[in-house]
Amino acid sequence: MKLSVNHLNVSFGEKVVIRDLSMDFSLGKVTCLTGPSGCGKTTLLRVLCGLQAVGAGMVNNPFSVSFAFQEDRLFPWLSAQDNIAAILPGKRKSTRIEAKNWLKRVGLEGEEEKLPASLSGGMCQRVSLARALAADRELLLLDEPFHAMDAAIKKQCMDLIRSSSKGKTIIFVTHDLEEAEQFADEICFFSGSPLALGKKVIKKRTYS
Amino acid sequence: MISITSKTDFRFLKKSFAVLFWILLWQVAAQLIGQEILLVSPVSVARRLIELTVQSIFWQSITTSIGCICLGFLLGVISGIILAYLTTRFSMLDFLFYPLLSIIKATPVASFIILALVWLSANQVPILASFLMVLPIIWSNLSEGIQKIDSDLDEVTKVFSLSKNRKLFLFYLPSVLPYFSAACTTALGLAWKAGVAAEVLANAKRSIGGNIYASKIYLETTDLFAWTIVVVILSVIFEKLILWSMKKILQKFNLQGIL
Repeated sequence: MKLSVNHLNVSFGEKVVIRDLSMDFSLGKVTCLTGPSGCGKTTLLRVLCGLQAVGAGMVNNPFSVSFAFQEDRLFPWLSAQDNIAAILPGKRKSTRIEAKNWLKRVGLEGEEEKLPASLSGGMCQRVSLARALAADRELLLLDEPFHAMDAAIKKQCMDLIRSSSKGKTIIFVTHDLEEAEQFADEICFFSGSPLALGKKVIKKRTYS
Repeated sequence: MISITSKTDFRFLKKSFAVLFWILLWQVAAQLIGQEILLVSPVSVARRLIELTVQSIFWQSITTSIGCICLGFLLGVISGIILAYLTTRFSMLDFLFYPLLSIIKATPVASFIILALVWLSANQVPILASFLMVLPIIWSNLSEGIQKIDSDLDEVTKVFSLSKNRKLFLFYLPSVLPYFSAACTTALGLAWKAGVAAEVLANAKRSIGGNIYASKIYLETTDLFAWTIVVVILSVIFEKLILWSMKKILQKFNLQGIL
């Protein structure tokens, strides 16, 4: 089994976002996609989880997917706890208990019953991250998962992702090279747009 | 040191004051005119209302009108929901029904009532009048709600493979509920107006409209005001009842953040 894209092309009308991109993703590792804004990183994540139709090429993804979107995308009418419980299988009572544990793990103990509107941007992002982790899928896609977090919480969340997703494949997008250095096993730089231009993969040391 | 204090909410007091102000103005106007047949005083109306409430015809009339108008309202809501779903799902049906619903919206309710008098019995006309008032409002509001469903959140339900039931109860229904709730409250008020108008024109027996018609014939201005106040009170009660029951249902499903 492998996770790859071959000769991938994606366009939005006249605008080519991804042109003839071929790459294999390392399984069980954290791969960071970085590059200038609008170069197609998010589009690539969307292609991998089947949300974005491709113009040409092949996407090979046999894995179940979880996604933490760039925006928190929480249901505004559900509490933080219910936003996580909503995606968990099982009865409401047990899913709510599990959801509560996840909120505790992202440092949101005591905020369970709050609606997203009464949480800060960073808190919503942590709920969104907890939801993605709670889904417990084989492939975890994270689109700028730490952008609204301070350094301490960012480190806490990085540790949580690492500890709860051992052996899983994680692909995350960021603009922050320091963050990429800190968190990723591999960094894939895209220096131009469309995405395939100037691709350069760097193998990194292990996360500590 | 900066201290932030919240202002006490005097909404109820303010509302009560506004009502009292208009009643007082009404009383002054009635006294200045001095002819009950032109403008009856609120005191006389209140006295007449009390007299009416001890008569069995009052309660029979209210029951008949509530039954007819609520039935028309319910039929309008159910048909509106079905039509909104079908027309947003199948664009061909949208094209097909659009002219019909535009005609219903634009046609004066009196035209429908007079036409309906040819086909239906006097007691059935208010049902049709309420139905025709409610249907286009529910249909158009709900269609708008369905069309404005957040595609970003829809992607969340796809990525996390939510079951059909969860999608329906946790995403689709909460997304359209604000539109539905607004449509219901607007439509209910209009259903009462159209329903009572139909009862008046059809001279429906043992109904609020029938009593209003009788007060017109005998120039009983006091009765006309009293029955009109009954309609206003009933309309407000039913509007509050709908909002209250929706809130209760949402609380039961932990979705109180919607309304």
